[in-house]
Parts: sequence; structure tokens; C-alpha cells
Amino acid sequence: MITLALAFATGCFTLGLLLNLYRLVRGPRAADRILALDTMVINVIALIVLYGIWIDSQTFFEVSMLIAMVGFVSTVAYCRFILRGNIIE
Amino acid sequence: MSQLSEVAISALLVISGLFGLVGSWGLVRLRDTLQRLHAPTKATTLGVGGALLASMLYFALTHGQVSFHELMISVFLFITAPVSANFIAKTHMLHHVQPEELPPTGRATGWAGYEAAGQGEGSGN
Amino acid sequence: MLRRILPHPLLTLTLAVTWQLLVNTVTVGSVVLGLVLGLIIPVVTAPYWPDRPRLRRPVRIIEYAVVVIWDIIVANVVVAGIILFRRLDRIRTHWIAVPLDITTPEAITVLAGTITMTPGTVSAMLSADGRAILVHCLDTGDPDGVRDQIKARYERRLKEIFE
Repeated sequence: MITLALAFATGCFTLGLLLNLYRLVRGPRAADRILALDTMVINVIALIVLYGIWIDSQTFFEVSMLIAMVGFVSTVAYCRFILRGNIIE
Repeated sequence: MSQLSEVAISALLVISGLFGLVGSWGLVRLRDTLQRLHAPTKATTLGVGGALLASMLYFALTHGQVSFHELMISVFLFITAPVSANFIAKTHMLHHVQPEELPPTGRATGWAGYEAAGQGEGSGN
Repeated sequence: MLRRILPHPLLTLTLAVTWQLLVNTVTVGSVVLGLVLGLIIPVVTAPYWPDRPRLRRPVRIIEYAVVVIWDIIVANVVVAGIILFRRLDRIRTHWIAVPLDITTPEAITVLAGTITMTPGTVSAMLSADGRAILVHCLDTGDPDGVRDQIKARYERRLKEIFE
């Protein structure tokens, strides 16, 4: 039963990634694209965690932790670039 | 592993998948940028939270080892999600929302982002 | 003197515990390393965080966390319902200005984070003097009610914790 639920959740998050991709390409504003990228990062983290359960391994938590951090910093840097024109003042 | 824990893990996985999908769907469906901001910051965070909870339960029940990494990831996401949402809102507002569209502050000064650059920025976000 | 070695005792504790959770096993080495990190990082970052946050009633944090987590779950169901089933031209979006009674930056930061995580609201901006917060509400028929709820449910508790 867990296998089935895992497959379902993986399908949901993959579909979510595709929807994010639509918003990323479509825009229309810069804020929409940043938001889409931010959501993509979160969906990817979920996919990595699900993959960890799938192959029954705990090796991937460091990976998802790092992606979470890099995703957050890049979102903030992107916003800051648009707000101020540079990232580190 | 008992039947009950299997049902619990499966239910968590299904719920998290549904919420993740709804969050991404909201990003596509809603019409206004600021409305879209509401969809993913909420639904996706609970979606990932459910997946992490399921993973924690799974490894605790099948391998008997309690892992705190999932807890760390969810705490990190719960702390950072509001900050990135706030940044995205500010980015959008400064270019596409005029100060006249906003309600008055009820104070002598206006909203921080529209005052002279650099004043009050960074406090409380 | 103690203030220069330990600028933020709570931050030291948080860092040490976080390190333990990251390492995921408790050994003498990891405890020592966690404490060393917990001592060094607050000293190095002290210039960026000069004043010390005071917690008047730390026990109330648990009550606050339970209220917020419950509200986040409710928020998700409500927002999911709006996204899936509401007609797009029926979504009543409002800007709401919430006057603040709390003054410390830490309390305002926690309040802004809480507002963003809970039912259909995102905190967008502070007033220039830091005494009002601008909230974007996805769907409400009663903007004043939302404002009163934020003040009664979250701000009152934060005021008890921080001030």
C-alpha cells in the first residue's frame, strides 16, 4: 500500500513541477518567475524525500537540506537584485 | 510493520501529494500576481511537511531509528517560506503597485518600501 | 564581561541543539563541537544583533506554537478550497492595515512570519516607523474582522511572550 501511495505522491509532485514550469515560462512579471522557481525548489525537495523512502535509504537528507538552503538564498538574491540592482552592497 | 502504521504513512503521503499539487495548480490558476503568492507558500509547505513526516514515521517504524533530519528540514522550510514570500511581495509591489492603491498606515509616515530608499528597510522582514 | 562572552545565551543553546540534530548521533565529540560553534558564532555575529531579545514567559511559546500549527493546517484546507472551487471573479482580495502594539523587532518578525503562514494572508510591508503592518488577504468578506483576529489571536500572545 505504501508503494502505491508513494507512486501517487511522486506523480502529484511531478505534475506540480510541470505546472510551475508553465508559470516560469509564461510570466508575465518577474515576481511570478521567482515564485515559480521557489515553488519548484520546494517540489524538488519533496521528490528527493519521496525517492529516499522509495529506495529505503537515508542518504538523501543532506541533499534535500542543501537544496533547501541554496533555494532560499537564491530566491532572496534574485529578489534583491531586482529591488536594488545589485546583491551585495 | 503493523497494518495501522502502514495506513498512517500512506495517508500522509497521499495528503502531502494532494496539497503539493493544489499549491502548484493555484500558481497557474489565480489571476493576479499577489493572489498567486498565497497558493504555493502555504499548500506546498504543508505538502513537503507531510512528506517529511511520512518519511520520519517510515524510518522510525521499519528501521527503528529516529531521524531528526526531516524535522530540521521542515523547521528550516517553515522559517524561510515567510521570508521569501515577503521578499517576492516587496519586489512586485515596488514596481507594479502604486502607494495610492494601499490603505493608509494610520500613522504620520507612509509604508516603508515607498519612503526614501533605505529607511526602515530590513526591519521586520 | 559575561555579556561579551555570551551575547545571546539562547542563540548559543539553539546552535548547540541544532548541531546535535544535524549530526543525528550524540557523542562527546559532537557535543563539544556543537558548544564551540554555539560560543563562537554569537560572538562573531554580535555586531549585527546588538540588543538582546528578552523572553518574559518562555513557556507560552509552546501554546503559541500549537495555535499556529493548528491554524496552518486550517489555512491549507481553506486556501485549497478557494483555489479549487471558487470562481475567479468571486475571490474578494483586500489590503488590510494592522496597527501594531508590539515594538521589539523580534516580536514583529515573528508576527509577520505567522501572518504569512496562516489563512489566506501574506504580510507585505511595515510602515516607515514600524508601528503598522500591511497585510494582503486572499479572500474575506470582513477585512476588519481579519484585522481584529490577527490582533487578538497572535499579537496578544506575542506581547505576553516578548514584552
